[in-house]
Amino acid sequence: MAKLRDIAHSRTGDKGNISNISVIAFDARHYPLLCEQVTAARVKAHFEGIVFGEVVRYELPNIAALNFVLDQALGGGVTRSLALDAHGKSLSSALLDLEIELPPDHDRGAA
Amino acid sequence: MRTIRIGSGAGYSGDRIEPAVELAEKGGIQYLVFECLGERTVALAQRARLKNPDDGFDPLLEARMRAVLPACAKNGIKIVTNMGAANPWAAVRKTAQIAASLGLSRLKIAAVMGDDVLDACKQHDLPLIEIDGTLKTLGNRIVSANAYLGAEPMAAALKAGADIVITGRASDPALFLAPMIDAFNWPMDDWNLLGRGTVAGHLLECAGQVTGGYFADPGFKDVAGLARLGFPIGEVSEDGGLVITKVAGSGGEVSARTCKEQLLYEVHDPARYMQPDVVADFSQVSVEEIGPDRVRVSGGRGQPRPDTLKISVGYVDGYIGEGQMSYAGPGAEARARLALEIVRERLKLTKVEASEWRFDLIGIDALHGTQRSQGSAPYEVRVRVAGRTDTLKEAVRIGDEVETLYTNGPAGGGGAFKSARDIVAVASVLLPRDLVAPQVRFVEA
Repeated sequence: MAKLRDIAHSRTGDKGNISNISVIAFDARHYPLLCEQVTAARVKAHFEGIVFGEVVRYELPNIAALNFVLDQALGGGVTRSLALDAHGKSLSSALLDLEIELPPDHDRGAA
Repeated sequence: MRTIRIGSGAGYSGDRIEPAVELAEKGGIQYLVFECLGERTVALAQRARLKNPDDGFDPLLEARMRAVLPACAKNGIKIVTNMGAANPWAAVRKTAQIAASLGLSRLKIAAVMGDDVLDACKQHDLPLIEIDGTLKTLGNRIVSANAYLGAEPMAAALKAGADIVITGRASDPALFLAPMIDAFNWPMDDWNLLGRGTVAGHLLECAGQVTGGYFADPGFKDVAGLARLGFPIGEVSEDGGLVITKVAGSGGEVSARTCKEQLLYEVHDPARYMQPDVVADFSQVSVEEIGPDRVRVSGGRGQPRPDTLKISVGYVDGYIGEGQMSYAGPGAEARARLALEIVRERLKLTKVEASEWRFDLIGIDALHGTQRSQGSAPYEVRVRVAGRTDTLKEAVRIGDEVETLYTNGPAGGGGAFKSARDIVAVASVLLPRDLVAPQVRFVEA
């Protein structure tokens, strides 16, 4: 079992109480695998207890990337949150911990 | 085809100073943009202005201007910035004084004003976006309301000969779009051109975040030279073509992967990136490495601009009190947990009033809760207690209580820290654009 971090990189952004997390394949050949395994439902489950709203996924095949938009994710909003990481900047690192099943003949690409 | 080079000299108000000097001296740029205005900075600046009518602009304005003005004047580089914050006119006068003290004359400096829409927001009850509620629910706690202006007034100032344009609240990508409109006379209804320009502005607006800053992950994404990170240059051609690069020899990297990460930063639906001048479409963007630290970005598009402008509304939102204490060595976690229990009970016993609490163990569950931590015993743990209160006095009591762990809590607590701060929070609304009237005013140094 591999981690998402082995095949993709990620950055978190914040607006109000909404977080967005990109997931970008190091190697475009892994993009279909990302689409198949990193679903909105799985991301929502991964962030149980942190993200309380809907998770929407956008697909960007040209850059082999997914963009997740997580509602009610930032303790009421960046400018008023009591959290240590009010922006949720560290959420991308949590997502890269997601387990990924790689095909047996897998080549880890750029990682 | 004509091409301009735009440098990005700051990605937030406290950003490093020297990379912009490097851009002005060695970047071969015609424009230098400083994005320095965070979401709630205008609200805080508004308070500063109420105390002193000559204040309310970016506190680092003087340091940045002193550092870059000599090279900008020598190389004919025009500056565009939102360092005006809540008082662009005072920022312009200050900049004129700085220019004069540096012996620079005949600089034309423009203030863009009119983003302050507090009165209009008091007259209309509008729903808040990104959080629940309406303007009315914020009531008399509102301290500021500022519209994200588009590129037009900044471009008009450049067209009228401004060497330096200082605005308050404006869309960040628009700070970069203004030079393109100035240089290429792009029509304000050519949505695809404005969309491409917005892709450029979006990639550049966070400065080092596209040149390898905020990117490194040792063993997975190694980046050299982060202590002397170079800030980005956008080479934009008349048809909206774009190459992202940086000064040769500076630290960091400009690569397909750094550009991809920044392209999606703070983006929701990539096909509808809402801007005052255009609804930009990033969904078809491609990136291609065409040389060392040179990435071609293509495929940006646009659709007609929205009828509304986004408004940042600053409002007073009580106080946050906080206290921290560290534990280490064998049993660190058990002692930290005991410390939290003690503080929790003490806050109850002494009746500290807060509407919301956090009891965190930094090193275990402070960032992502208990579900994600691995369960291995950390060598050191830091206790953190935070609460939201109605008064400063109550907020102070929280940190004070944590501090008493020194002589009353578990063994070996060290490094106490406490703070109590008043909170100006920010909400957003959408206001019809015809209620916003930007103006440009000049001063000559």
